Amino acid sequence: MTASASLAAENTLAATATGHAWVFGDNVDTDVLAPGLYMKGPVSELAKHCLEALDPRFAREAQPGDIVVGGSNFGMGSSREQAAMALKALGIAAVVAKSFARIFYRNAMNLALPVLVCPEAGAIAAGDRLVLHAAEGRLDDLTQGRAFACEPIPPHLLAMIADGGLLPHLAKKLGARA
Amino acid sequence: MPLTLAEKLCAKAAGREAVAPGEIVTARVDLAMIHDSGGPRRVEPMLKELGVGIWDPSRVVLITDHYVPAVDAESAAILDLTRKFARRQGVEAFYDMQGICHVVLPERGHLAPGMFVAGGDSHSTTGGAFGAFMIGIGATEMAGVLATGEIWVRVPETMRVEWTGRLGHGLAAKDIMLFLCGRLGMDAANYRAVEFDGDAVRALPMSERMVLTNMAAELGAKVGLVPPDRTTIDYVTAAGARLGGRVGADWERWRSDDGATFAETHRFDAGALAPQVAAPHSPENAADVTAHGTVAIDQAYIGACTGAKLSDLHMAAAVLRGRKVAKGVRLLVAPASARTTQQAAADGTLAALTEAGAILLPSGCGACAGYGAGILAENEVCISATARNFKGRMGHGTSKVYLGSPYTVAASAVAGRIADPRALLAERSR
Ligand code: SF4
Repeated sequence: MTASASLAAENTLAATATGHAWVFGDNVDTDVLAPGLYMKGPVSELAKHCLEALDPRFAREAQPGDIVVGGSNFGMGSSREQAAMALKALGIAAVVAKSFARIFYRNAMNLALPVLVCPEAGAIAAGDRLVLHAAEGRLDDLTQGRAFACEPIPPHLLAMIADGGLLPHLAKKLGARA
Repeated sequence: MPLTLAEKLCAKAAGREAVAPGEIVTARVDLAMIHDSGGPRRVEPMLKELGVGIWDPSRVVLITDHYVPAVDAESAAILDLTRKFARRQGVEAFYDMQGICHVVLPERGHLAPGMFVAGGDSHSTTGGAFGAFMIGIGATEMAGVLATGEIWVRVPETMRVEWTGRLGHGLAAKDIMLFLCGRLGMDAANYRAVEFDGDAVRALPMSERMVLTNMAAELGAKVGLVPPDRTTIDYVTAAGARLGGRVGADWERWRSDDGATFAETHRFDAGALAPQVAAPHSPENAADVTAHGTVAIDQAYIGACTGAKLSDLHMAAAVLRGRKVAKGVRLLVAPASARTTQQAAADGTLAALTEAGAILLPSGCGACAGYGAGILAENEVCISATARNFKGRMGHGTSKVYLGSPYTVAASAVAGRIADPRALLAERSR
């Protein structure tokens, strides 16, 4: 990876993400994140239908930097990585939820989309202005004037996200081995 | 220290004596399974970017199932790319249009107790029916596995689910799993292993055990496991798995030690279970079939890795033989694999189904994933033997999908509404 790309990747973690909250409930599944009808096409097209079954405004109005807030078991269902790719394509900076389905969690981290477990995610209201400090595991809700603690990201994943995701991380490792 | 089956399998893959839940270890992968949707079209560009090939092509199984047969230019292109990938990368275990990955994999002898397998599909938990630690992963993660033959894994805690007694007539493993989804919830086993045991489980053939481990995914599980026994070994030996080769010969050690620590244990009586139906839009909405009142249906679907194996078709035929699908209802049957079709043709099952009015569809994921033939229109109602009924999964966002066993789906097709199969089966034995 080039030096500038690695710098940009590090910035996604070191810098704070600032945006508005899009709030969804428990058990948001991969079929609503990445509907099967659009899975054959490019992700840019699929992203336009991301979560439309739950909130048709989301894909149209989400702004780069916005944060998706979920309940428990966010991303349950299929292993389709397009569920995380669609959120990324819309510019979503992070997902915070009470808990994540395991494959979605890994997929998102592999793509350097930070996903954080936040036990109090239920207290965040739609449209709240949020500032996420991913590396420290802190979410500031500016609208409510409160800070929420997130579970720290495990060190081996932190290192991977800092590299920009699994692929650049592997490229670095394979390069080092060679 | 006594270990659970999941811990033993992780320890072996990590080259360690023992591991503890919560530990993060690097596992050597015995086998990687990929399919046309999350496989070559996604991983090939990544391997190129990394400048590497597959770490060991003899340890990769590639299956086309999600987009078969091609129905438009896009699916044809995906399949073309998949076939070329198999040639270019020297993947010999390439099964093109031979059926759904989770069924083809064991059917062709690729699974055996003791293995650590990475599958590019969320229902890869199915492999645990054979005593293998088989996890589902996404495409980027799979590119990593294909490049290195390794993956990190957090050693899971184990939830033990015991079923005692015996399932009643007209009940199936699908009823067990829908009941568990309703009772325990869709994240009851998140990050965990689920180990199924008890007389009722031991009495099940492999095809039914596969339903338990397949739908462990619906409980959020990392792996679903059934400790291997004679039934397992007879199956894998007949399928041609290489016992005594790199895996499998030591199968008797693949069970939880006495005194192993389980995070939770649940016990249920199989004899008390009634046929289960899950209402839209989640398997979690399961209840006794009689609790759903009279719901009229447009379509009945017997398909998918979890609902159209030979034993599933036998269940449907037991209900349908000598009966007709109700007027105005379409019953679609997509056998889970080419071998299933051959066997069902040879033993008269296909004839029983088609004489009742069933329409045969190609083997593949088809309507289950909403990718292929048999998808639903606006507001249509379907009862399906598949594993998931999430909003919009099988077609239009307003369509409604109920889940039930093949018995229940067949009985509903005859009645034209959701129906208890026990009544029809009892009539027959009278
Ligand atoms: S049949 Fe359905 S559940 Fe099974 S692998 Fe295909 S899409 Fe997934």
